[in-house]
Order: sequence, then structure tokens, then C-alpha cells
Amino acid sequence: MLGIAAWVAAYASLIPFADSASAALGLVRQTHLGEAVHFFFYDTPKVLLLLTGIVFLMGVVHTFVSPERTRAMLSGKRLGVGNVLAASLGIVTPFCSCSAVPLFIGFLSAGVPLGVTFSFLISAPMVNEVALALLFAMFGWKVAGLYLGLGLTVAILAGMVIGRLGMERYLEDWVRTMQATQSADYAGDTLHWAERIDAGVAHVKNIVGKVWPYIVAGIGVGAAIHGYVPEDFMASIMGKEAPWWSVPAAVLIGVPMYSNAAGIIPIVEALIGKGAALGTVLAFMMSVIALSLPEIIILRKVLKPPLIATFAGVVALGILMVGYIFNFAL
Amino acid sequence: MKVVKVLGTGCANCKNTLQLIAEVAQGRGAEIQLQKIEDLQQIMSYGVMSTPGVVIDGKVVHAGGVPARAKVESWF
Repeated sequence: MLGIAAWVAAYASLIPFADSASAALGLVRQTHLGEAVHFFFYDTPKVLLLLTGIVFLMGVVHTFVSPERTRAMLSGKRLGVGNVLAASLGIVTPFCSCSAVPLFIGFLSAGVPLGVTFSFLISAPMVNEVALALLFAMFGWKVAGLYLGLGLTVAILAGMVIGRLGMERYLEDWVRTMQATQSADYAGDTLHWAERIDAGVAHVKNIVGKVWPYIVAGIGVGAAIHGYVPEDFMASIMGKEAPWWSVPAAVLIGVPMYSNAAGIIPIVEALIGKGAALGTVLAFMMSVIALSLPEIIILRKVLKPPLIATFAGVVALGILMVGYIFNFAL
Repeated sequence: MKVVKVLGTGCANCKNTLQLIAEVAQGRGAEIQLQKIEDLQQIMSYGVMSTPGVVIDGKVVHAGGVPARAKVESWF
């Protein structure tokens, strides 16, 4: 309770804090430097506070949904229903890209269809609480909601396409033999509320402790763009008037970049402030987070090249559609 | 002597888990043989889906994240 009260009080004093912090440095908002510094002192605590709140809630939610439970729910589900369920569970199931492969095999070996497994594997990293918290903090609930909806759509459709293509033969051979041997289930712990709260706090320490330097650095770069780059500078390159190829270009640039949502979103916010179109920027963001070379290299251990190429191609196509839809709709 | 295996593909959390177990076991004077299992096929054979996982004498006692210190202490 004390924590919640402190959180609310801190959130209410964001603007006075930013004003007094810039004033203490002797800066006026009308100058380039003053604007940049004010932006930094307002955004940093705001984003960190919201992130802490949402990550805490997710940490508590995670104690209810273990990967083992998710797998049991998805086992034997058909394409379609299974894909929707898998993508949704991807949001709330604890997931770390370093366990992507064990999870992948664990799902398949329990009889979760390949296409359904992919829906989970696409949704889990892309639609995560850090991305949603940051989008909410910087663009409001509408954009966060759109990102959630479209991210789920991409995960569901991509999984269904992969499932329809029947690419099971492109799994590495040892993975297929693994499917036959049923493994013992690990029963999750039954927890009390105090332990669930502890888990939430631990999650905050773990996640926020890890991403805050990226966020501060990202907001720093964002603040510089905010203060110094002229208005509408991005409009010609990434804006609505930009040529049609700006969305595919943004996706292509995004793939080799490996960053988490934490580092990329503050920069994205600043770009949009300078006239970049939301769809182009979101496409860029999704491709940075959902399609990364390191993840593809890990997946190569279990997938043969044609399946990897299909996975990357289908997801990239979905992201492209999201980019165009956003640009035309808004 | 207990045989303790930490299952993980080499992420930071796996290393932290390994270190934590070594620390706690030493602090309690428990004799253990600590192994790190990085081979995917071996990890999968325990049915663990989220790493790091911990196996003591062939039994999975923990999976998915660094275990809490209290939990590790209960093992030794």
C-alpha cells in the first residue's frame, strides 16, 4: 500500500519536478538547450514510473501463468482458435528470448501444432509489457491499444499461414525425434499472495534494473532530437508524403538492429514529434523487436533454412501491412 | 553428495543462478557437485521449457528464472 501511495504522489509531481530541475540549471524553455533539458527531466521519471507500475503488475500476473500451464492450454488445439489463444497467452506468459528454443521444442513435444507455436513465439517478444508500457507513457492508450491489437493480428495470421504451409518437415531432425518422447511435467508452485507480490517486486528489479540505462540513453537522444532537429525534418523521409518504399525500408533497416523496446521507443517518440508517420515508425519498431538476427541464429538450431526464411518473410510481411494500415488510417 | 545441474543456454540469468547455488551451498557447508548443462538436447530431456532450470539428483526442482535465495537455501 505504501508503495502505491508513493507511486501516485511521484506521478502527480512530474511537471513541477521538470520545471524546477530545468530552472535550477538556469535554463529557459524557449531555448534549444532548455527545451531539450526540460523534455529529458519530464520524460525520464514519467516513463520509469509507468514502466515500474506496469512491470510490477506483470510480475504478479506471471505467477499465475507459467509456460507449463500455457503449454497445457494449447496442447492439441486446432489452427485458428489455437492461434488466437497462443498469441494472447504470449502477452502474459513469462518469456525471455534466451529460452525461445526450449520453449519451442517443449510446445511441439506436447502436441501444440507448429503454426500455433509460432503464433506464441511471435507474440511473446513483440507484444510485451515493456513495449506497451512505454507506448502508453509516450503516446497514450490509443497507440498502445493499436499496437497491441495489430501485434496480436500479425502473430495470429503469421502463425496460421505457417501452419497451413505444413512445414513440419523443415524442423531439424533431432527436434522431430524429440517430439515422440513425452517428458515429465514439472508442477508449478502454489503461491500465497505475499509471494506473488514479492515476485512482482523481483520482476521490477530484474526488468527495470536492466532496461533503465537504455531508456535514459534513448530519452537523451530523443531529447536532443526534440530540442535541435527542425520541425518537419522527418516528414520528407518518414512522413506521410514520403514515397511508398519508406515502410519496407524502415523494416529492412530494423531487422539487423538488435535492441529492446526500451531503447527504441524514446527515439521513436522524438522522430514522430518531427513529422515522421506513425505507421512507418511502428513498422520500424516492430521489426527491430520481433525480427532480430540473434534470435534467428538461435532458431537455426531447431529450424531448417526454408522454415526460418518463411518465418522471417511472413512476419516481415505482417509488419509491412501494419505500417501501411497505420499510415493510411491515421 | 548432491549432484546439482543448472540447465541453461548461457544467458546472464543462468550464470547468476549457478553463482547463487555455489554461494549458498558453500555458506551452508553442503557438499555438492555443480554442473552446467548447455546442450539443448540434454536440457530438453528434462522437460524444462523456461531456462534457467535446476535439477538436483535427477529431479527438476526449479524452472524459469533465477530462484529466490530462500528457495535455494531450502535445497541444502
